[in-house]
Amino acid sequence: MSANIYAHEFRARLRSVIIWSLSVTAILFFYFSFFSVFADQAALMNQMLERFPPQMRAAFGLDAMDLSTVLGFYSFIFLFVQLCLAIQAGNYGFGLVSIEESELTADFLLSKPVSRRQVLTSKLLAALTSLTITNAVVWASSYASIAVFRGDREYDPRTLLLLLLSVVIFQLFFLSVGLVVSVLVKRVRSVTPYSLGLGFGAYVLSAFSGILGEVKLELITPFKHLDPAGIVRDGAYDTPLVLLNATVTVVSLAAAYWLYLRRDIPAVS
Amino acid sequence: MSVIEVTRLTKYYGKSRGIVDVSFREEEAEIFGFIGPNGAGKSTTIRLLLSLIHPTSGSAKVFGKDVTAHGPEIRRDIGYLPSEVFYYEGMKVIDLLKYSASFYDRDCTQRMHELSETMELELNRRISDLSYGNKKKVGIVQGLLHSPKLLLLDEPTSGLDPLMQRKFFDLIREENARGATVFFSSHILGEVQRLCTRVAIIREGSIVESSDIRTLQQNNYKKVRVTAAGLQAGSFDLPGVTNLQAENGMVHFFFKGDINAVLQRLNGVRVEDVTIEEPTLEEIFMHYYE
Repeated sequence: MSANIYAHEFRARLRSVIIWSLSVTAILFFYFSFFSVFADQAALMNQMLERFPPQMRAAFGLDAMDLSTVLGFYSFIFLFVQLCLAIQAGNYGFGLVSIEESELTADFLLSKPVSRRQVLTSKLLAALTSLTITNAVVWASSYASIAVFRGDREYDPRTLLLLLLSVVIFQLFFLSVGLVVSVLVKRVRSVTPYSLGLGFGAYVLSAFSGILGEVKLELITPFKHLDPAGIVRDGAYDTPLVLLNATVTVVSLAAAYWLYLRRDIPAVS
Repeated sequence: MSVIEVTRLTKYYGKSRGIVDVSFREEEAEIFGFIGPNGAGKSTTIRLLLSLIHPTSGSAKVFGKDVTAHGPEIRRDIGYLPSEVFYYEGMKVIDLLKYSASFYDRDCTQRMHELSETMELELNRRISDLSYGNKKKVGIVQGLLHSPKLLLLDEPTSGLDPLMQRKFFDLIREENARGATVFFSSHILGEVQRLCTRVAIIREGSIVESSDIRTLQQNNYKKVRVTAAGLQAGSFDLPGVTNLQAENGMVHFFFKGDINAVLQRLNGVRVEDVTIEEPTLEEIFMHYYE
């Protein structure tokens, strides 16, 4: 790894990290401020939810959640946090090497005395550092918002820990899948459509998986691999699905290295 | 030892041709001109030498080492100036130059400031605020600041005003005098003629001619122009004469062969004026493209 590339990359993403971290904090605090209302009127809430069509409840994962408990409510918000994290990690993954190519700075970087492996590793570590900062902010603001809004309701800290630990697995998935797609295609013109597509696509698949019930869509979407409602309900990960998720991540990363080392850097055309 | 040694190098982008079977050598401290029109494969060759792209077949060595296997090591001593320059838009010029310098394990600060001064580059401006010509200057400084042993210049003068072009050529000559080998790709023949000692002409992905610039001019045809009263086109009916034109007692033609044959014909004619010129590189070049 080269320290100068790492520093350059980290600095380039700093503003984005701050914005995402603030957004995630805002989501957590904003939604959690409604918790006491939900919890106090749980019966009313559940009555209202029963009037919704079951497919719709399934789509939002509401069928498996109890919004009157701290973690039930938290897992509902966590879904939105996951969506944000997916888009952020996807952004970094898709842009990791493709931005240099679309802005044509790749020639500058790769004509320097560094190997492609060094370039990719430095960039990955820088992106990972950025994601870890956001991750740390998620931890801090989760604990903070729960402490502020839970009132005298209890929750299982071990399950919360499981949810929070899932963040890093989740981020790595989108980072590496984004990266491998970006080196599979010839040229990524703009990163945002890709990362929004991947993030929302995976989310929608997971929603459909809820509606369709039996169809095995959960196999392909990380929102199901690390389904917050499921983790709260079972107090554990769905191990085979998490392993599947980790496998996809590792294979994507390996493939990305393989492809990038052999890649022809497109010239100005 | 050859600084650049390219052997049967071929590159296809999918089905479209980059270069085919290109071979040449460049010796140490030479200024080697690589000329051809746009799309002939000049950039492809340079990008292969930098391993920005990978060869389909054949091999290229720089400093005696294979470019694919020893890329990073080779690039320590290469300065590259691309034809189109693009840098991180949000950065300041000075930060970009420092970033560039940070890749080399020597202190480039002094050279960086010298070069910026020569090229009249303002260091505190943002890259995004620079005009094309100014970006090009950034390119020149970042390509030279580590005093490379080999300079790869890909149409380096586009976007530079004539004054800057001259300063740039002076810089290149200085670098060359210091011992740097220069690989200069261009489609502007005048500048190649001014600067280079040897040239290779590339056309549609293949090298059509490669030789010393003097030999290229000498072994080529001569331009002959004779003015004399009563001169007729038939007077120069010789093997080796082409493009013969005659008007009002003036005859001009191209001649390839022993020039004494022409002189013999002139013997006994009372000429008013005669010129025998070497063709310009441009004319030779056009000849290869006809």
